Amino acid sequence: MSEVIRKRIEGRGCVLRGDDIDTDRIIPARFLRCVTFDDVGEHAFEDDREQAKGDHPFDDERYRGANIMIVGQNFGCGSSREHAPQALMRSGFDAFVGGSFAEIFFGNCTALGLPCVTLSPGDLSALMDSVTVGPDEQLKVDLEAREVHHRGTGWALAIPDGIRDQLLEGTWNATAVLLGAGDAIEETAKRLPYVTGFSA
Amino acid sequence: MSPTRKNLLDKVWDAHTVRELPGDQTQLFIGLHLIHEVTSPQAFSMLREMDRPVRFPERTFATVDHIIPTESQARPLADDLAEEMMQALERSTAEAGIEMFGPEKGEQGIVHVIGPEMGLTQPGMTIACGDSHTSTHGAFGAVAFGIGTSQVRDVLATQCLTLARPKVRRIEVTGRLASGVYAKDVILAIIRELGVKGGVGFAYEYGGPVIEAMTIEERLTVCNMSIEGGARCGYINPDDATIEYLRGRKYSPEGEAWDRAEAYWRGVASGPGAHYDERVTLDSSTLAPSVTWGINPEQSISIDEKLPRVDAVSAENQPSIEEAYAYMGLSPGEPIIGTKIDVAFIGSCTNGRISDLREAAKIAQQGQVPAHVKALVVPGSQAVARQAEAEGLPEVFRAAGFQWREAGCSMCLAMNPDKLVGREVCASSSNRNFKGRQGSPTGRTLLMSPAMVAAAAIRGEVSDVRELLQ
Ligand code: SF4
Repeated sequence: MSEVIRKRIEGRGCVLRGDDIDTDRIIPARFLRCVTFDDVGEHAFEDDREQAKGDHPFDDERYRGANIMIVGQNFGCGSSREHAPQALMRSGFDAFVGGSFAEIFFGNCTALGLPCVTLSPGDLSALMDSVTVGPDEQLKVDLEAREVHHRGTGWALAIPDGIRDQLLEGTWNATAVLLGAGDAIEETAKRLPYVTGFSA
Repeated sequence: MSPTRKNLLDKVWDAHTVRELPGDQTQLFIGLHLIHEVTSPQAFSMLREMDRPVRFPERTFATVDHIIPTESQARPLADDLAEEMMQALERSTAEAGIEMFGPEKGEQGIVHVIGPEMGLTQPGMTIACGDSHTSTHGAFGAVAFGIGTSQVRDVLATQCLTLARPKVRRIEVTGRLASGVYAKDVILAIIRELGVKGGVGFAYEYGGPVIEAMTIEERLTVCNMSIEGGARCGYINPDDATIEYLRGRKYSPEGEAWDRAEAYWRGVASGPGAHYDERVTLDSSTLAPSVTWGINPEQSISIDEKLPRVDAVSAENQPSIEEAYAYMGLSPGEPIIGTKIDVAFIGSCTNGRISDLREAAKIAQQGQVPAHVKALVVPGSQAVARQAEAEGLPEVFRAAGFQWREAGCSMCLAMNPDKLVGREVCASSSNRNFKGRQGSPTGRTLLMSPAMVAAAAIRGEVSDVRELLQ
């Protein structure tokens, strides 16, 4: 199992304003009709883009090639579909900076090695403005230094310690970690009365 | 912490802890894993790539619900993609030795409807499913999480998840529900009060006289929408009603095992002096039937209220309210009552159980669906459908002009042919009013109780169900 260490992500930002952007908007349900994730990237934000008639950040030339998404509060709420982070990953994003993230979305991103970091509301709005003004300039999400950096300014980022450790140590791929418990899994199961059918 | 001060979440969490991991993460054993056709095929592929077997196949159960058509479930399904997804699940479960509740067995249904009705969902369990509404199962006093596909793979491979222990917020619902006010109105009121992000980082423990007086089916409705309030799980302490519900179900223990089960189930409830990170009280006596008017479940009002003014909310929430008005084509200050509807949908894991259909039928029989409204009743499972048929409910609905369909998720998220068209307005008993949720990118959803949907259906517009109950 590949284990990639995520210490810092560098590249360019794409600003997507608005709160409570749900996973139905990130990837509409009709594109969940598939048995692989291969093609979901093409449909990220498809309905929003259609309705914005070219005025969506994903259609903004200045953000072409961006790899870090900057979002508002409660991003990724709603459905548990991993198709959402998969679609964003497959359209080139490998980190998210936001005000807050819905928990399942956050967990799905972590499982894919995509950091979701948060900034205070004031810092987030400053970062959004900075990237809007200078979309071509380098944006850095530095997990080691706990800082987001753009155009000479650094903002303190927050990420739960346990998740940060997983990303820094490359142990975010949970299967390998979970398998590491070995027989302790069966031992836990045996202690649970329902697993043994409540036999005496 | 002394055992009496432990709440249910802590007791269940501790019992299922395989080991603590670095940081704030726990490796948690998952007692029941439910899967369906949309979020599991990729997980099985990942498992095959890793060359790993399913570790506890007897603890995973599968069904088809999201993509299944509701007009005819005859195989092969008319839609090739849906047939392919269904076959992928049938193949993967057969290979792994996982029980599959397919339509041919008469056991198919929405994953969150069949777990409880089969007695699979029990108090004191940890439950996971690749679906955010897994919170539903908390109605039994289980700790139940929605997960993504990579985590489905983890559970298949290890029967475990890495999770951070949530904090617990006790939500006490006091007072008494007035006639025409249902469990759906209680949870909409809670979400309106605490917000769609209010539950992030928390498990919700619902309690108090109103919750305790609820039937299990009503409790399922409340816990179902925990996720809409941002809480990844919500639960209710098991009590006599829980135990009685479980008696005699297909997967319930029997004989001496039943007695031991009952003792375990009662033992997981939060003790009287249990610790909570936060407490909130909601007085339900003044609640009226609720309707959402916007694009997230927090944007709801009582049926007799007017739509809120934009400046009535905090500056921070104003952009989202403006966006909601623009999308919905509604204006501040207008009443919600009398809003014309095009479609009425009764069903989903929130409100597709037999008691929901009974309440809706009582209202439906008082009128006739006008020609401009398409009204669908979709039972949550084949077992619900059989029970409804035994009680003559399909005839009641059909006589009133509703279509009676086969079991599935249907227009809750419209992955099957049941979809809104264009900007249609749908009165819906489901749980999400997100933009585009019901299959049309510009479709509009008004969430309400099933009885309110039935009232809207026969009047052709959003109506006050209380007028039909007198
Ligand atoms: S009924 Fe709706 S919310 Fe429930 S599982 Fe199906 S799609 Fe999800």
